[in-house]
Amino acid sequence: MRHLYAMKRNLVTGLLFLLTYGIHGQESDLLKQLTNESGKEYVSYAFKSSRVINGHSMEMIGAGVLDFRILHRFGQVNQGISEMFGLDQASMRIGFDYGLNKNLTVGIGRSTFKKEFDGFIKYRLVQQSRGENSFPVSLVLIAGSTISTLSGFDSVKKSFSSRVAYYYQGIIGRKFNSRLSLQVTPTLIHRNFVVDGDQNETFSLGFGGRFKLSKRIAFVCDYFMNMNGYPKEKFENPLSVGIDIETGGHVFQLHFSNSAGMNERAFITETTGKWSKGEIRFGFNLSRVFSMTKRSNS
Amino acid sequence: MKLIISTVLFIVIAGTAFPQEKYFTKTGNVIFYSRAPLEDIDANNKNAVSVFDKTTGQVEVSMLMKAFEFKKALMQEHFNENYIESDKFPKSVFKGAIGDLSKVDFTKDGKYLASVSGKLSMHGETKDVTAPVTFTVNNGMITATSELKIMLEDYKILIPSLVKDKISKEVRVVIDINYEPLNH
Repeated sequence: MRHLYAMKRNLVTGLLFLLTYGIHGQESDLLKQLTNESGKEYVSYAFKSSRVINGHSMEMIGAGVLDFRILHRFGQVNQGISEMFGLDQASMRIGFDYGLNKNLTVGIGRSTFKKEFDGFIKYRLVQQSRGENSFPVSLVLIAGSTISTLSGFDSVKKSFSSRVAYYYQGIIGRKFNSRLSLQVTPTLIHRNFVVDGDQNETFSLGFGGRFKLSKRIAFVCDYFMNMNGYPKEKFENPLSVGIDIETGGHVFQLHFSNSAGMNERAFITETTGKWSKGEIRFGFNLSRVFSMTKRSNS
Repeated sequence: MKLIISTVLFIVIAGTAFPQEKYFTKTGNVIFYSRAPLEDIDANNKNAVSVFDKTTGQVEVSMLMKAFEFKKALMQEHFNENYIESDKFPKSVFKGAIGDLSKVDFTKDGKYLASVSGKLSMHGETKDVTAPVTFTVNNGMITATSELKIMLEDYKILIPSLVKDKISKEVRVVIDINYEPLNH
């Protein structure tokens, strides 16, 4: 009995000692408590660029950041050596995106394909977060428009409105860990003018993913599954695979795609290449960002 | 019975003994500067957490690497993603003690110079560091400021060869903390 009593006492003293002097651990309990109270933490850098490849990514460019984007799509690789596997021909888009704030980006661009202008507004409704009151995914809304200025465009109708198309997207994306990010992008495209047999509204479901291979290199994949519209024997769903390479202020996105278009209307509704026939193109997106405003540190 | 009384007494004494001795902050300021011919980088973390025991001189500082704010969004991204790898190593912790505590009189207003040494853990590496620290006592409020130099390679923070000339290998860290008494 006495023994037990003494043991108990030793135990209590030991516990107290631990409680009182627990501060001498790797990081003291007190310090941990103080740190952990801060709560919610936003998850950033799901993608290296604001585009997966063709489609928008869940990632925003920062506030006051100008993203100068030059996109190239070369000819089909199955044309062989005489066309240098497509490298002799190129279609391009030049564009500027600007981050009005951390959740709102606007952008404009011009593509050589159909001499088309495009513009969009991209707004992040919710950013994925961890900790208290966290939200498991990022939600991003995009509304955009394209205007073709091709002079010989569809001799049947030449009105301005027939040159215009609109697109609306909602991105649901999640960064699962530091390497893997996935997103789903329901898309609605409305074209004011379509050829016979096609439909004005096209619904499409986009899928995008990123897998980081190293700190500065990532594998990316981008696919849009069209639900309706356009003659199926003529048009294909755009599938693109590539790698992102980051070098300081630049992000190079090198990829292969069956699509030549570089705005949503063009690559979702007007992709003709078949992967199975080697009708794919090499292409790259070059993104260079400039900080236009100095964020105050004080 | 005796044990219970002594236990209660111990807890009470231990509990009441803390407030006057321990100080803390959740809004410590940590700024780092990296100066190189092509790229000046500075970032500010206003949410460093610290606990300081003025009787033993024990001091701990902890900060979330993600809380560093840069002027350029891209720099902040590169800092988190490529250099400090804040997903893998979210925190930096300093744990040490004031070496010459006798030089500092916390009951009298004034400026006191002392030195602090301990272990700094960052990016998965732990290294011994020593730095001068200035205590300012004003109406019972304690402010501590310190400055130290950190070599990036000590913490295995690698600079790719492509930008080796752009980024300084050495970083100057300035810490500025206003301590508050810790009340339980």
